[in-house]
Amino acid sequence: MSAPLKVDRISCRYENESAVNHASFDIEPGDLACLLGPSGCGKTTVLRAIAGFQPLIDGAIYLDNQCISSPANIVAPEHRNMGMVFQDHALFPHLNVERNVAAGLFRRSDSDRRRIVGEMLERVGLQNQMHKYPHELSGGQQQRVALARALAPSPELLLMDEPFSNLDGDLRERLGQEVRELLKDIGATCVMVTHDQQDAFTFGDVVGVMREGHIEQWDKPYDLYHEPTSLFVAKFIGDGVFIEGTIASATEVKSELGLLRGDLVTDLPVGTPVDILVRPDDIIHDDHSTQTARIVKRSFRGESYLYTLVLPSGSKVLSLVPSHHSHAIGEDLGIKMEIDHLVVYPRIKP
Amino acid sequence: MAIASSSNTEQAQYRFSSALINSADPWRIGTVVIALLAILPVFAILWLAFFPTENIWPHLVKTSLPRYLQNTIVLMLGVGTSVFATGVSTAYLVSNYEFPFRRMFEWLLLLPLAFPAYVVAYLYTDLLEFAGPVQQGLRTLFGWQLASDYWFPNVRSMGGAVMLMGLVLYPYVYLLARSSFIEQSPNLSAVSRLSGRSPFKTFMFVSLPIARPAIAIGVALALMETLNDFGTVDFFSVHTLTAGIYDVWLNMGNLGGAAQIASVMLTFVVLLLSLEYVGRRRQRFYQSAGRFSNKQRKQLVGRSKWLAIFVCAAPVSLGFILPFLMLLKYAIQYFEQSWSPEFREYVFNSLYVSTTAAVVCATLAVVVCYGRRLHRSTSMIIAARIASVGYAVPGAVLAVGIVIPLASFDNAMDTFFRARFDISTGLMLTGTTFALIMTYVIRFLAISIGSVESSMSKISESVDMAARTLGYSASRTLGRFQLPLLKSGILTAALIVFVDTMKELPATLLLRPFNFETLSTHVYQFASDEMIEQSALGALCIVISGLLPVILLSKTISQSQSLASRA
Repeated sequence: MSAPLKVDRISCRYENESAVNHASFDIEPGDLACLLGPSGCGKTTVLRAIAGFQPLIDGAIYLDNQCISSPANIVAPEHRNMGMVFQDHALFPHLNVERNVAAGLFRRSDSDRRRIVGEMLERVGLQNQMHKYPHELSGGQQQRVALARALAPSPELLLMDEPFSNLDGDLRERLGQEVRELLKDIGATCVMVTHDQQDAFTFGDVVGVMREGHIEQWDKPYDLYHEPTSLFVAKFIGDGVFIEGTIASATEVKSELGLLRGDLVTDLPVGTPVDILVRPDDIIHDDHSTQTARIVKRSFRGESYLYTLVLPSGSKVLSLVPSHHSHAIGEDLGIKMEIDHLVVYPRIKP
Repeated sequence: MAIASSSNTEQAQYRFSSALINSADPWRIGTVVIALLAILPVFAILWLAFFPTENIWPHLVKTSLPRYLQNTIVLMLGVGTSVFATGVSTAYLVSNYEFPFRRMFEWLLLLPLAFPAYVVAYLYTDLLEFAGPVQQGLRTLFGWQLASDYWFPNVRSMGGAVMLMGLVLYPYVYLLARSSFIEQSPNLSAVSRLSGRSPFKTFMFVSLPIARPAIAIGVALALMETLNDFGTVDFFSVHTLTAGIYDVWLNMGNLGGAAQIASVMLTFVVLLLSLEYVGRRRQRFYQSAGRFSNKQRKQLVGRSKWLAIFVCAAPVSLGFILPFLMLLKYAIQYFEQSWSPEFREYVFNSLYVSTTAAVVCATLAVVVCYGRRLHRSTSMIIAARIASVGYAVPGAVLAVGIVIPLASFDNAMDTFFRARFDISTGLMLTGTTFALIMTYVIRFLAISIGSVESSMSKISESVDMAARTLGYSASRTLGRFQLPLLKSGILTAALIVFVDTMKELPATLLLRPFNFETLSTHVYQFASDEMIEQSALGALCIVISGLLPVILLSKTISQSQSLASRA
């Protein structure tokens, strides 16, 4: 079980529309990877290609260093030894839980099959629901059955297509954690597709942000948030705004919020106009600060307020402030900069 | 691209060599072959029409063709208007108003669909002719003696044909218009009412335009049946194109001429298909996402209540209850004479061809639908569309198109065997039920594809993907996970094809082997000799079997109602 996956510059088309355009990434055995992107970015197509349902027009896919898809050859899905979990669970409605989980074990002996099904159901905590039919289960239970069914044949790779999207918030996060622990426990390699960054951050060891058919950035969740390599990723991941600035040195940027210093390393020449990414958690509320900004909007998030502030120049920034600091719209808020990860992009002239 | 070293690639090929998806897999080939078979008659007709052995085009154009054309167009315009008026008005009433017996009318209005037009034509002629009970009663009542004493419309006329066909074909429009009216958001009408339009203006401004695509589909289907009809127009001596095919083929023995008339009819087919296609394309945009289950129906009172009951009761009683009672009465009265060994043979023949056609259609439908599901390419979608083109082609036209290639096959075989072995193989295909069943299959394949497709589309594609990733091949996925879920869809498909084959007359008359009678040809034979009473039992069998799919339809309607009331 568990094999490295190499997706090498693959391209796919639907009719005459390009869906995936030279997408590449590698996944180490035992890694849980996420493909994250807005709808229509091609992430599901990549998953279908890995499973063997989508022909390639360019590139190749290697599992365990063996080519399983190329424009010339494509191994049938049933010969790839991959497990797959779907957004709609795709349980066989005419089979009960036990037989659903056993569906992929038809080459095993009866005793093997019974043992594996028992083990899998115990792992997902459904050993008492064996004889129920899919329609008698809740959404979360159905998802567990789908997972057990996919894992029962010990696939070399597990694929999940928006597995938690049909579930409600609370259950969604809990199940995401549970599934992560379970997969880590058995050492499975997994690719999950999602449009929800919270899902991706909860679940993935590595996350690939996709855009218009290619991988925009392939990184750890922490790095995606703090060191986005492109403007698209910076805007797509998390909240944040851009303010204007100019490069002051290889590690400093001048802006209206003062001279910002972080772990920036840039080879842009001094004086280059840039856009600086400012996250809501980069701006700290400080009543004693001399620097203030006027509150123009606030939204209550329970544990915190998200304030929209307008700087003297007119540009807006966001600030996340613990909710016991309640300030009214129109007030001036004292702020302090705490930018560790300074992210800048050369300004594109409008 | 060449990331893997060459040794890796070799190893990979060795490991997976038996597992490559073959682009020429049986499902793809099956679908394409079925599509080619379905389109074969059309090509055969066009080929023979433009390269005939004996050119009768000039003769046709000079003599009968203009009359055939004119009659066909008048008939279609008449039937089109009639089914539109009846179908839309009844559908609008039952979906927007509340009045006594409304829920009953909802399914009763479908019943006339069980009657083949020709049976209704025979019955009404019997009822309304000079010697029939209606005119007799009038004569007794008013003391008239001769036909010249009074005026009475002749039912065996173009007008009669329009009336009677409209009476049994309006349910196509009713069914589609009704579901369109029900699915319309009540908010749309509310907006129109709030902006000051009266209920009637709202109907014209909102409801009708939104239902227009659905109505267009219904009218197109009804007109396809009109174009297909032979029994009625033959009996009423309305010389349409279909009647022309019989005349030129059977009476003049000119297959090339029949093919030429058939090619003219294909123009109508293309027009009707385009009408249907445009309707279906628009429908996609017009259909609202949600079902509006608790739609408020306006309670009708006083005169409008009685008017609504009358508008709904008239087509039901004239299109079903009255003819059904007549048929029942004759069937009982003449049971001794009708229940003969010959009759039992006709029943057996009908059951045999209908069952065979149903089983073949259902099987081919599964192949086509699954083939398209596996390979979602443009070519497969086109192939599946071509495979279902037969329903639009009139039976007589199909018969011509099938006889052409089968006869040349028979002739070629016969010549070959005579030359080689001095044996005459005779009419191997055209002289047997093979040609007949092939025609049924091509004509009704669309129905079975539609039914199987609609239940297959309810199975999420991820179910297939789940089965495949669990190690089942495409064929085993079909067998293990699709067929159990498709059971009812396949049964419905087979049932509807079975019933349509039982009713089918035009192609059966042209293609049946010598001395091979089915119930429908038996009814035709007797009734056109004005002996409807003796063939009433046969007609009753056809109508009762025709009720099966109608009951199925009305069950779906009542189910959606109870679902809606529960929601």
